[in-house]
Amino acid sequence: MAWKDDWRRVRAIARKDLTTELRAKAGFNGVASLAVTILILLGLALGPDGEALRNAAVGAVWLATLFSGVLAFNRSFQVELESGALEPLLLYPGPRWTIFAGKLLGNLVFVSLMVAVVMIVGIVLYGITIPDRWPTLLGVTALGVVGLVVLGTFYASMASRSRAREVLLPLLLFPMLVPVLLAATTASKALLGADLMHESGAWIRLLIGYDIVFLIATFIAFEHVIEA
Amino acid sequence: MYQPPPRASALFGGIAFIAVIAAQAFAIMTSPAEGDMGHLQKIMYVHVPAAWMAFISFFVVLVFSILYMVRKRENDDLIAASAAEVGAVFTGLTLALGMIWGRPAWGVWWVWDARLTSTLVLFLIFVGYLALRSFVDDQSQRARWSAAVGAFGAINVPIVYMSVKWWRTLHQPPSSPDTLDPAYTMGLRLNAIALLLVTIYFIRKRYEIARLERATEHLAESVAMGGK
Amino acid sequence: MAIEAEGLGKRFGIRWVLRGVTLNVRKGEAVALRGSNGSGKSTVLRILGTLLQPNAGAANVNGRDVVGQASSVRLDVGYLAHTPGLYDDLTARENLEFAADMLGLSHSVVQPTLGRVGLGGVTETRVRGFSAGMQRRLALARLMMRTPKVLLLDEPYSNLDESGIALVNEVIRDVMTSGGAALLALHELAPAKGIIDRTLNLADGRISTNDTALLETV
Repeated sequence: MAWKDDWRRVRAIARKDLTTELRAKAGFNGVASLAVTILILLGLALGPDGEALRNAAVGAVWLATLFSGVLAFNRSFQVELESGALEPLLLYPGPRWTIFAGKLLGNLVFVSLMVAVVMIVGIVLYGITIPDRWPTLLGVTALGVVGLVVLGTFYASMASRSRAREVLLPLLLFPMLVPVLLAATTASKALLGADLMHESGAWIRLLIGYDIVFLIATFIAFEHVIEA
Repeated sequence: MYQPPPRASALFGGIAFIAVIAAQAFAIMTSPAEGDMGHLQKIMYVHVPAAWMAFISFFVVLVFSILYMVRKRENDDLIAASAAEVGAVFTGLTLALGMIWGRPAWGVWWVWDARLTSTLVLFLIFVGYLALRSFVDDQSQRARWSAAVGAFGAINVPIVYMSVKWWRTLHQPPSSPDTLDPAYTMGLRLNAIALLLVTIYFIRKRYEIARLERATEHLAESVAMGGK
Repeated sequence: MAIEAEGLGKRFGIRWVLRGVTLNVRKGEAVALRGSNGSGKSTVLRILGTLLQPNAGAANVNGRDVVGQASSVRLDVGYLAHTPGLYDDLTARENLEFAADMLGLSHSVVQPTLGRVGLGGVTETRVRGFSAGMQRRLALARLMMRTPKVLLLDEPYSNLDESGIALVNEVIRDVMTSGGAALLALHELAPAKGIIDRTLNLADGRISTNDTALLETV
């Protein structure tokens, strides 16, 4: 059954990526530490006034996520390039989208764990009180993470194989993520407050639309960009 | 087989430039001085059409990026790249003129209004596209990657514009040079048409240069492959 | 004809590495492709293995075009690259289990294959701790998990001791006897003695055929 084989490949790649990341010395711990460090530095730069910090919290969390996310995305392809494993990977039978889906899944788990850490640290450092509508807040965050990981994984598949990957990935990725950043931060801020104008709904719809559009687009385009 | 551009191309260029001068002269002389802005408002006769040209260029990038992914014809990639270069210049021009208008009008060089901000993001997307092309040496890979990045960037433009606009509706935007008085419409349309001719001329010229470069590479190929 | 290549050209930047490579390999034949470092041997193998697309010329494996019918070609080809292409932080067993998952094979083939290449005792060791020779054996094991019809081997004997070399030749012989073919990129012919039917020389981006039977070596 072709479906089952493909799904098996997707799972195998995700499992392989997560295992290598968790075992690698500078893996999850390194990336999460960077995110927390950014959060701390932003706190120092924007504080110490409690009010200012509370207002900046959402932005700080998302910036820390974006900057450390870039590291995570490059690493997910680095593991193939370091050992020359990309060639054998491309030689296995089966459709290419399984490679993208596997990497996507691995990155989703990785970045979600990282965001969880960042949010907890952010709540503590920036003096956030957990709002009533926290499930919706989590939903908004999840939608934002999906958008981030879909485009981050896709662009990293190219940038990590080019000459200036540290510069190229953020340069390509960040302008693309402007809608995600605006939607996630504005909706989150509204939900942390009372969301009197019910604006979070519109932003959530934007995020869903964005995620769907780019999920489809990246899956279609991956074939074209993965070959040497 | 490479063919040098016909004489008609130079003639077209000449006409385009004359058109711009004529349209500018018409607009400047026939439009009244506006309220407190005085003649400063006339900057929009270049600023607004330039913005339109930037968006048109981006549309060309989108169309030819998709065409390349479907047809894999090298010329499609070259047209997209030429349009991207021209679009980048027009976007930069739009931004610069917007800021030049803004300084006396608002007292500051920059405000985070919807149009300026999304134009800035658009500019960054163009810059990323061009940076990608300069960092990838292999022609086939460069074309495929550019097509994906160009298409995605173009798809993102309306989403970016929409999200920045929503982001800004919470605060009253200051009046921008784009708020139109019917007295200006005719001048604006004429300038738009004139600038469109110039855009087409520039894209064509850039494309010709790119074709010349490729022809040289093909010649080198025949030399390398020829003879036993 | 197992492998046919006609006028292959490939450039990297402005440098033309292959400038019209024409060769063929018949079924049941093992051919050596000899050339100095940087002569483009790996490039030829990678084009035949569908990893690279040529800038000029065409090639097919078992009658299927390497560009247009790449996915079919991949089913037939067993490619051993110069770099092992293994995951350093996974164990030997995990590396092969990953390959099994990607190939749609059961995990039960992993243990016997590891035994066959002499790595039965180190299955739980991470590849990071392997010597170059052990890594090559593992890469060979990965190749052996299915039965390719056409072998493309890039310097398969490097870093191997006598038993390793014998193992490679055993694999090649197995493929030959089942009607397959092999193309080996080598810069030294000695280990392939007895296996190779023909040698091709790659120089200046082109083939100069040298139908030497391997009686002349040593």
